[in-house]
Amino acid sequence: MSTAPLKTRFVSANRRVREDRRFVTGRGRYVADVAIADALHVALVPSPHPAARIVSIDASAALAMPGVHYVLTGEELAAATEPLMNGLDTPKVLRYPLAVGQARYAGEWVAAVAADTRALAEDAAERVRVVYEPLPFVIDPEEAFKPGSTPVHTAHGSNVLLNKTFVWGDVDKHFAEAERTLSYRVTWGRSSTVPIETFGVIASWDPWREILDVWASIQMPKYPEQIARSLRIPANQVRVDQDVDVGGAYGVKRGIKHTILVGHLSRLLGRPVRLIEDRLENMRAGDAQGPERIFDVDLAFGNDGVIKSMKIRALDNAGAYAGRAPFQLGKPIGAIVGPYHIESVKYVAQSVTTNKAAEEAVKGFGQSPTNYAIESGIEKVAQATGLDRIEVRRRNFIRKEQFPYLIPSGTRYDSGDYHTVVDKVLAAADYPALVKERDRLRASGLLAGIGLAACLEPSGGNSAFEPLLNEKNKTSTWMESCRINVDGTGCTIATIHTLSSGQGHETLAATVIGEVLEINPDLIRVTRPDSLSSLPSNAPVGSRMAIMLGGAAFHAAQKLKAKLIAIAAHQFGATEDAVSYSAGGVSHAATGKRLDWSDLVNIAHRNFHLLPKGMEPGLEVTHVMQVPTGTKLPENGRVQMYPCHSFEFHVVLIAIDPILGKPEIRRYVVGHDCGTVINPHIVKGMTLGGIAHGIGAALFEEFVYDEQGQMTTQSLMDYLLPSSHEVPKVEIVHHCTPSPHTVFGQKGAGESGYMGAPAAMSGAINDAVAPLGISFAKLPIRVSAIGDAVASAQVSNEKKA
Amino acid sequence: MKVELRVNGQTRTADVEPRKTLLDTLREDLRLTGAHVGCEHGVCGACTVLLDGEAARSCLIFAVQADGYDITTIEGLAPSPGELSVLQDAFCETHGLQCGYCTPGMILSAHTLLQRTLTPSREDILEAISGNICRCTGYGQIVEAVEVAAERLRQSNAPRAAQEAAK
Repeated sequence: MSTAPLKTRFVSANRRVREDRRFVTGRGRYVADVAIADALHVALVPSPHPAARIVSIDASAALAMPGVHYVLTGEELAAATEPLMNGLDTPKVLRYPLAVGQARYAGEWVAAVAADTRALAEDAAERVRVVYEPLPFVIDPEEAFKPGSTPVHTAHGSNVLLNKTFVWGDVDKHFAEAERTLSYRVTWGRSSTVPIETFGVIASWDPWREILDVWASIQMPKYPEQIARSLRIPANQVRVDQDVDVGGAYGVKRGIKHTILVGHLSRLLGRPVRLIEDRLENMRAGDAQGPERIFDVDLAFGNDGVIKSMKIRALDNAGAYAGRAPFQLGKPIGAIVGPYHIESVKYVAQSVTTNKAAEEAVKGFGQSPTNYAIESGIEKVAQATGLDRIEVRRRNFIRKEQFPYLIPSGTRYDSGDYHTVVDKVLAAADYPALVKERDRLRASGLLAGIGLAACLEPSGGNSAFEPLLNEKNKTSTWMESCRINVDGTGCTIATIHTLSSGQGHETLAATVIGEVLEINPDLIRVTRPDSLSSLPSNAPVGSRMAIMLGGAAFHAAQKLKAKLIAIAAHQFGATEDAVSYSAGGVSHAATGKRLDWSDLVNIAHRNFHLLPKGMEPGLEVTHVMQVPTGTKLPENGRVQMYPCHSFEFHVVLIAIDPILGKPEIRRYVVGHDCGTVINPHIVKGMTLGGIAHGIGAALFEEFVYDEQGQMTTQSLMDYLLPSSHEVPKVEIVHHCTPSPHTVFGQKGAGESGYMGAPAAMSGAINDAVAPLGISFAKLPIRVSAIGDAVASAQVSNEKKA
Repeated sequence: MKVELRVNGQTRTADVEPRKTLLDTLREDLRLTGAHVGCEHGVCGACTVLLDGEAARSCLIFAVQADGYDITTIEGLAPSPGELSVLQDAFCETHGLQCGYCTPGMILSAHTLLQRTLTPSREDILEAISGNICRCTGYGQIVEAVEVAAERLRQSNAPRAAQEAAK
């Protein structure tokens, strides 16, 4: 494997991101900006109870208000639609857009009001009289897991959605023979990515064309299919406009329930219907809350700090409905040992329902919590053995020459050079000086700590976790596509077949096609056909688009180039290997002849008589690409999960005023290796943004439920997002270990930064408070928690003294 | 009730309920959709507009209260169609955005800073944008954009820079 830089002209160059121009002028086209004449607006009636039987719904007062058109109940909607898709084989855990017969979390939508304006719909929603009979409820996942706990779905019989044990390798033997073992628990609090744009959708049914038009701020694979299935219409009657900008997604923009709701109302009322969540609807019932997970971990290791075996029990709180969330226990199986050569693993994946809002896919799909659990263990091994924290990591890292490396759970890591990245970061940070600075801060009366995290970002997103956790699911295909058309004037138009939420996919496609065809990417138009005119796509999930859209665009451009070469060779009377392509034209060295782009375009579009026999006229090519390495279904509980594995190493220095308890980040250095970078601006932004998310998850962000089952963080005044004051200047150290599986050696970067920042922040805080004999094992570690723990530790230490 | 709003140098009228926010009025009645709805309670800053040159939350003001102010939205910042302001161009230069949702508010907040000073410190910039939440970028390239814009404005011979130099 070569680490020599690729000779590219546009790929890896510091080129501007073409999407930016429309956004800096306020000319993005978000769903709320789409003006559809005569649209009705929806507001929701929320359940005030975490669990309650819906005795009756009286909408008469609401319907009596002028301008109010309809009040839809869950019973009516359920009768007209199929339940929303479940990922696992849990057919009795039914989920509809509105509660049917029973509300299962506080805030759950019980009825929907359609009115002339949103304000009027909200007024009317307050006049819908719902009589409830409160039921017992359960909030805590451990409580929910116990046999005999109140089932959220009575028909399902228990709260357990998933309880699957995997044993990869000789765990028992390794534990029996180990010089040392240790056990610990860490907890990842229920946070999410909380985009500034809430979810929104507009649907308009045209009975004469038999088409449901949909505009949505969506980021979800197979969205049109899911709409069609639930609304019981053929999928070719659903037309999703993909030329809609999404105001941040990071996994959670999956408003299928909202879409079914407005789709049904539009059919029923014969009018376009829009539902743009307000912030309260979004926070409480947008079904966009992220993993909430308890990890119980055992490690078997030697006095040399080398970890031989690991047992992880992960208990996830899926909330009130199943959806796709439990799969977030599956994806981390593809990097279950992190960057370490741990030989055997026992993994117990458990998902339970509780009376909280439904969990949804969040950036990393369970990987960041898992990385936090693993890195917490590395820190504990260092403490137990008395070895340096970095040395323990170095001893456990998979070495560069071991790649491709097969981990116990069946994934073969593509490439990496972890030791070098760590060395580069430590040099850039001047680690010995950083340690001195920490000690100086400590001597000055502050608490100070250094946090470290080494972890992977699996990328190239497929769905191998689906058949792994649900044996009825035989999906191995996970595609992305690109079409290129060169018109009769020589202009190039490329298409992508999904919505984007800031990832710069138009720039990506243009850059790659420009690179292959050796034409100026800025002159390539990139469009997004509607879903009925699209080729297969699986949406920008799982850090996949650089690999998959980049790959599809590359292969399509290669096909176009081959066609241009064939046309030219035919004119020259030469074989294809006797001609050469450069800068959009083809030359024939033997005769010194050359046909330029415009000549070839002219022949393809206007001179059929000059085309090689059997060739189609025009210059149009498509490529549908399967995810690299995605060739098999799971066998014996093992599977090749994602194809590519980016690496990151975080070093952070924090200081805490012991009275205030607020961690202040003094230095943040991250090493990042995602193979070949296609656009440096985009990758840098992803990494910095991911670190900001990670700092939020580590210090501030949590959907908190009180003992009455009410969510207490309903606004951005309670659910705190990091501002410019909380996010430090981050120094990025680059390294490039190309992937052998991708066209330029690129790996994914869409979830970078977030993979390791929470673990690094946790490590820094625990290092800072270690002299007091305390530690934190649950995220987020709030300022108040630090202040309280430090104060009580100081009091008890004084008593001891 | 009828309101008369001075927006981006033009006088516009709308017939709105007294309870309608300036944000909703700009977006729905005047079809200026560059100001975005984020939190609707004054935390995120996505709805930022300028009132008499000062950044303000248009979600916390009723349209009827904005009568008499000189309102600038992001649509009023570009000098002409297809031409970006120096600050907008700097955001493109450093890629100080991703999804673009917070961007109009972010740019208007930064714009007010650069109206006050062309030599902002890093702390000045952090303070100026601290009322605008961005979930994509982690702010790094936004701060760089404002630094780049400040430098370019200092070096340009535009009237604004000349005034600054004369001080």
